[in-house]
Amino acid sequence: MTSPTHMTLAEARDALAAKKISSVELTQAHLTAIEKHNPALNAYVHHTPEIALAQAKASDERRASGSIGLLEGIPVGIKDLFCTKGVNSQSASKILTGFKPEYESTVTTNLFREGAVMLGKTNMDEFAMGSANITSTYGNCINPWKRADAPEKQLVPGGSSGGSAAAVAARLGFMATGTDTGGSIRQPAAFTGIVGIKPTYGRCSRWGIIAFASSLDQAGPMTRTVRDAAISLQAMAGHDPKDSTSAVQKLPNFEAIIGAGVKGLKIGIPNEYRIDGMNPEITAAWDKGAAILKAAGAEIVNVSLPHTKYALPTYYVLAPAECSSNLARYDGVRFGLRVMDDGDNLNDMYEKTRAAGFGAEVKRRILIGTYVLSAGYYDAYYKQAQRVRALIARDFVEAFKQCDVILTPTAPSDAFAIGDNQDDPVAMYLNDVFTIPASLAGLPAMALPIGLSKAGLPLGLHLIGRAFDEETVFKTAEVIEREAGFNFAPAGY
Amino acid sequence: MSTPYRIKGQTGDWEVVLGLEVHAQVNSNSKLFSGAPVGFGAETNQSVSFVDAGMPGMLPVINEKCIEQAVRTGLGIKAQINLTSIFDRKNYFYADLPQGYQISQFSDPIVGKGMLTVDLADGSSKEIGITRIHLEQDAGKSLHEHSPKFSFIDLNRSGVALMEIVSEPDMRSPEEAVAYFKKLRTILMYLDTCDGDLEKGNMRADVNVSVRKPGDAFGTRCEIKNMNSMRFIFKAIEFEATRQVEILEAGGKVDQETRLFDASTGETRTMRSKEDAHDYRYFPDPDLLPLVITQKFVDDIKATLPELPDAKKARYIADYGLSPYDASVLVSEKAAADYFDALLAKKHDAKLASNWMTSELYARLNKMGVTIEQSPISVEQLSGLLALIEDNTISGKIAKTVFEKMVESGKPAKQIVEEEGLVQVTDTGAIEAAIDAVIAANPDKVAEYKSGKDKLFGFFVGQAMKATEGKANPAMLNEILKKKL
Repeated sequence: MTSPTHMTLAEARDALAAKKISSVELTQAHLTAIEKHNPALNAYVHHTPEIALAQAKASDERRASGSIGLLEGIPVGIKDLFCTKGVNSQSASKILTGFKPEYESTVTTNLFREGAVMLGKTNMDEFAMGSANITSTYGNCINPWKRADAPEKQLVPGGSSGGSAAAVAARLGFMATGTDTGGSIRQPAAFTGIVGIKPTYGRCSRWGIIAFASSLDQAGPMTRTVRDAAISLQAMAGHDPKDSTSAVQKLPNFEAIIGAGVKGLKIGIPNEYRIDGMNPEITAAWDKGAAILKAAGAEIVNVSLPHTKYALPTYYVLAPAECSSNLARYDGVRFGLRVMDDGDNLNDMYEKTRAAGFGAEVKRRILIGTYVLSAGYYDAYYKQAQRVRALIARDFVEAFKQCDVILTPTAPSDAFAIGDNQDDPVAMYLNDVFTIPASLAGLPAMALPIGLSKAGLPLGLHLIGRAFDEETVFKTAEVIEREAGFNFAPAGY
Repeated sequence: MSTPYRIKGQTGDWEVVLGLEVHAQVNSNSKLFSGAPVGFGAETNQSVSFVDAGMPGMLPVINEKCIEQAVRTGLGIKAQINLTSIFDRKNYFYADLPQGYQISQFSDPIVGKGMLTVDLADGSSKEIGITRIHLEQDAGKSLHEHSPKFSFIDLNRSGVALMEIVSEPDMRSPEEAVAYFKKLRTILMYLDTCDGDLEKGNMRADVNVSVRKPGDAFGTRCEIKNMNSMRFIFKAIEFEATRQVEILEAGGKVDQETRLFDASTGETRTMRSKEDAHDYRYFPDPDLLPLVITQKFVDDIKATLPELPDAKKARYIADYGLSPYDASVLVSEKAAADYFDALLAKKHDAKLASNWMTSELYARLNKMGVTIEQSPISVEQLSGLLALIEDNTISGKIAKTVFEKMVESGKPAKQIVEEEGLVQVTDTGAIEAAIDAVIAANPDKVAEYKSGKDKLFGFFVGQAMKATEGKANPAMLNEILKKKL
């Protein structure tokens, strides 16, 4: 048997079922690996070994009594912004220093119901704002991958779900939860050579997830295989009456579709995603993906998504607008950080608390958001952006008349080094140029690895499906995964 | 048409233009977006959910009961019901606003244009337009009295559903404004969509006041915030209108601002000037989908609407021959109308019941300073008394005595009448005897009467009644007396 932490989630599930290993053993193996590797990665920022071992023990007991959930006994990481009862949940922000919720998010409740074991909370960009996991109050998370030509350089794992991506890539968990607002699951998945799916908006409940931009935020799993993602999404998703935007949709059996193939499927290639000066390695990976699907019996069709170029500016109006309001509750009154000096009044307390509690990127977005919602600017920015968002969504509806699933690159480059793009927020924002349109349209989209770049870093492809058609995304992804045979782990892990 | 209300200025008469924004707490067991119970008087911060406290990751879920109540209210003021409405966030920072925004409705409220008819003291009535009703969350309460240095926050109210009912600037006098507020309160209480409790602040008004020379365009308005007493509304308008006239006549101009009424001085003062006005940055709440209701939902509510005061008043006049004034008095409070309807249900004569309520009962309530809900005389008790009058057991006059004794002792009318021997004399013989005695004792008056002095009839009635200790049946006494004379 391979090292227990190096199995896939599905393999671990089967090993547990076959009594080849217990959840306690599996969990202990992960805790040991975390102890060894996490100091270099900073992927986990709150460690919960006691909870993990207690859950693992309980899982082994359940299994003995014949009650087995979808993730029975499977050790996982939880992104810091999921509220977990009694465990620090700070969205990687200083302003939530010491915050331990008295409630459990719906997604983690679902995971625990299915038997998952929580190893700890994972690093992320502050309030999920970032594409490099360099805005965290816990410090940077480091990508376990190294450039072949510059192994001394620390690379970013992508963001915002950088800690979850790094943990899964470094075999420090079979799965970690992510959330995706404009690409926060998919871009880090691409940078770390793993699979990440942002399901259709409404599939997973947002209840108990610390909000960034409510109309875009969506939880999803990050795993090492497509099948693992299918199993995990099954456990996380489902209607939740506590979230008014949660979809009242039947949950299909995602794992059952794995292996169905793509024969007769139409794969859309959007012309507008061939941007000027695109990295030729990315283009080559994209072509390779299309070739694999064609060889497997799919038909490749060119489709047009004419409003693509407006997606990024639209996103950077709407997401900040919502965040400026969502983050108003961090005011020092009821929880988290409070900074005030003797004699300060309420406004002083607000100003000092928020000045000290929020990092630069969060402040930037609050300012942008406040601006675009202000009297006199609302129509020109917020309202206009809403209109464009509707046009972008319509583009996809039109495109899906000609194809069943859309194939694009995930990110414009492989993982970059810490420090790169850091002085230029717009260059950083461009990381999400391929992922944002599907976010604005609320569509399911998955990132999966297809190969390595010349520098030896993972390259990802991106599949976008029709609303509530994750099944087509899963079966298409599995074909690419199988044929591309990506089977690399970062060196040393 | 009565004389219009005018402020006498040095440059002539000024007209007052008034519009009201009334906040009415929705009658419902739980809050607008959380399952937390609505509990007035609960211990501080004991009626608060994670949603109400604005905890991270918490989401609002609309309470259907509150939607129903808003629709019911809209139907009660004959308003347009919008089948699609949108909840927006109104963003501002305050310590008792946990989310940093209030969920309200801005561009697309649930209820559109409606109207209300108000009855004025001179017997005339006027239609006041209602612009809209929207639903919104109440904020918490800041408590400043516990520490010289810190404020404390009570979130029990946070998230409680309010209806904001916005009128057109259709009112032209403090009397009209108060009549509007009062009528609105009555309707809400009939509809059971707000308990109308002013003391608890469950219904409060912001009054927009401006002045102009009659016929001119609207002047600049000031908004007087948060008044929960009709007397204060009246006084605040009087003061504010006069203040504005004085400014204008001195050559100044009125600044558009938010003002507070200070009940201790009877004056209004600046709370927030236009420069300090918030930019609320309204936008649709992304946590809530647009609210879509069906016509059937509206129709089902419509089918359960109670009879409202205007219809009830018309019915009292048409079916029972009550005077418009008495009918107005009875319908002006739901509890009074309920009391009256309960008497009617016991088959009492409507006019008799109305007279007893609006005279004896109300006089007594006023004297005691209590409302009809706290009446010392229950419907059952008054009904017992009316029954004794109707079957001629006692006269109206005796009944008044019995009424007083009922208030004092709480005993049923019948028991009092029996114990005190107050039964009305309907025995023809006994009345005849009394009349004969009076006639015999006053031969000169009889002669005068017979010579044409008709007025003396009353004298004989009085004497005969006195002789029977007031117990003679008045109708019988009149009849027999006429014959004998």
